[in-house]
Amino acid sequence: MTTLTDTPKQGFRLSQLIYDTRYRSITIQVIATVLIVAALWWLARNTVANLTALGKDFTLEFLGNRSGYDINQRLIAYDSNATHGRAALVGILNTLLVAGLGCVLATILGVIFGVLRLSKNWIVSRLAAVYVEGFRNVPLLLWIIAIFAVMTESTPSPKDFRGENPVASMALADNVAITNRGAYIPEPLFANGLGDVEIKPGGIFADLYFNVSIDLIVILLTLVASLLVVKLVNTRAADIQNATGVRPTTWWVNLLIIVAPIAALLWGLGFYLGKPELSGFNFAGGTHLRNSLLALWLALSLYTGAFIAEIVRGGINAVSKGQTEAAFALGLRPNRTMRLVILPQALRVIIPPLISQFLNLTKNSSLAIAIGYMDVRSTLGGITVNQTGRELEGILLVGLFYLLLSLAISTGMNWFNDRVKLKER
Amino acid sequence: MSELAIERQIDRSHMTISDEVAIQINNMNKWYGQFHVLRDINLTVQRGERIVICGPSGSGKSTLIRCINRLEEHQSGDIIVDGTELTSDLKNIDKIRSEVGMCFQHFNLFPHLTILENCTLAPIWVRKVPRKEAEDIAMHYLEKVKIPDQAHKYPGMLSGGQQQRVAIARSLCMKPRIMLFDEPTSALDPEMIKEVLDTMIELAEEGMTMLCVTHEMGFAQAVANRVIFMDQGQIIEQNEPHAFFNDPQSDRTKLFLSQILGH
Ligand SMILES: Nc1ncnc2c1ncn2[C@@H]1O[C@H](COP(=O)(O)OP(=O)(O)O)[C@@H](O)[C@H]1O
Ligand SMILES: [Mg+2]
Repeated sequence: MTTLTDTPKQGFRLSQLIYDTRYRSITIQVIATVLIVAALWWLARNTVANLTALGKDFTLEFLGNRSGYDINQRLIAYDSNATHGRAALVGILNTLLVAGLGCVLATILGVIFGVLRLSKNWIVSRLAAVYVEGFRNVPLLLWIIAIFAVMTESTPSPKDFRGENPVASMALADNVAITNRGAYIPEPLFANGLGDVEIKPGGIFADLYFNVSIDLIVILLTLVASLLVVKLVNTRAADIQNATGVRPTTWWVNLLIIVAPIAALLWGLGFYLGKPELSGFNFAGGTHLRNSLLALWLALSLYTGAFIAEIVRGGINAVSKGQTEAAFALGLRPNRTMRLVILPQALRVIIPPLISQFLNLTKNSSLAIAIGYMDVRSTLGGITVNQTGRELEGILLVGLFYLLLSLAISTGMNWFNDRVKLKER
Repeated sequence: MSELAIERQIDRSHMTISDEVAIQINNMNKWYGQFHVLRDINLTVQRGERIVICGPSGSGKSTLIRCINRLEEHQSGDIIVDGTELTSDLKNIDKIRSEVGMCFQHFNLFPHLTILENCTLAPIWVRKVPRKEAEDIAMHYLEKVKIPDQAHKYPGMLSGGQQQRVAIARSLCMKPRIMLFDEPTSALDPEMIKEVLDTMIELAEEGMTMLCVTHEMGFAQAVANRVIFMDQGQIIEQNEPHAFFNDPQSDRTKLFLSQILGH
């Protein structure tokens, strides 16, 4: 309203809506909003009309029906008598598993290769360049299929481990068996374990029950407590440094604080590793990592790691050479220079694009279908949709899941980014 | 070059030069790949000397002073700073770097740290000074360069001249015995050059050993006790300022001086 008083003589003319910078952007926004709402309304109305014409309605009831299909890779109990809802949960957990593992490995690979590519050693930096260019310039789908093929074609089958003179033998002191069905690794077990606690939601979610190991919870709580103590020790070390100038050596105290309670706890729980053993034509015991999981995990990590490597390299390069020189000229050693001067500046450049890469990796995990890894896209968005004919509902739910997951990841990372920023600025 | 930026009369009487050697460079050579950037450099700097190095762009002035604190590595000859020979021995490099301060053309302040933190970083992590003490030292030098009230700002909030003065204070916090300056005023707007030069003059008056690469001939005449002219990686000529400017010996020096002084 105040803007109108700026031109008291002329008053408001309709053409100002287009030619006056003060109104122009509002005009454009109003028009765009009206168009989008109209388009959405038209789409929704058409869909509902078409669905009714086909005799379908929009309902999520199918999630409570018996699924009737099996899922080979699962983190919670499941069989074909469980509901479609439970199948969706199995898929969701599988997506979370591969995405979580992928983000961790991709970050490790990215940091290593990003730093190596900056190396003054020609061969090292060339090798890092070959890795980066090789992985980011070939479609991810091809890498997933290629890695899966190599894993299944070039490894022995479990029966090759049998007999007097087996063709294949287990690796790492008979602890790991790498076969064309996947890798069998030792499984953590507890002789005097505390058992599981069953989490059982009520009502329509009754079939989404799952067990959580109390041992795992106790171990995690201990770890968190240890880390809090470590933080306390470091704060104290900083105080001592501020007061006397000399920072006490804390690494072995910290190591002890983290290792000792966990070791004592594991001993108390009777921790041991259950080795995989050949029984009949297959391995029993141990943890079975399927090739589909391994191949998807590796391919996602290697592919995304190549992008992260470039982000890390760019971040470090973005901190000018003058910063290193100024720190050196003041007498700071290279490792201190990295930690106190370069990294705090580089992290600000690195973290925002890193968030995008985590989101890409999570969404790209839906390529799991190519090698039969049962993620949420393959269960809820695949078999369930085919069996129940609920395409619209199924795909909407899967989309909603990815949306919420992505928002959760970026919220978490933005929170971290803000913390880094606050400390430095 | 502009008029002499120095209006103040400089009292040179207490700028004493001792016969103690601060820097000794013997037959030093440096190559960048095939390119011979420094040729047979011989230079002795006494404690308390103020030396101005000038010469055309690309003549190797920056490279020379960067060799003194090992930001660049020389390939042959010796560099001895304060009795410590510069070799690839990390202990020697650390010792020399903590005794030699340096200011850069583009200041190179740490943008993620406050002015005060910029000044306390090295004393705390290199000299192991308690924080409180390091902050007192920092405030002392920030007062000296006349910006104590900016201590809690970030470098990006300061003008170029203020940033360069902070950079000088940051070096001084390490209590160096020798200061190197690489064109400290070249990136500054004309009205800020004077405040930085004034700070440097004060430093000279306190007896600091200084090596300055600069084209501020007014500063050279006011403060330097020796001016060195470099061209194509060699020291062509050196003399005390009055003789250097009024009676240059080599043709290259004459040409250079006519280019930067004459119109
Ligand atoms: N890192 C480097 N690699 C190759 N050549 C360089 C490098 N740094 C400087 N030079 C070259 O060395 C010569 C001297 O540079 P410099 O000492 O910066 O000159 P000045 O400071 O006198 O302008 C220039 O020709 C420059 O191009
Ligand atoms: Mg230079």
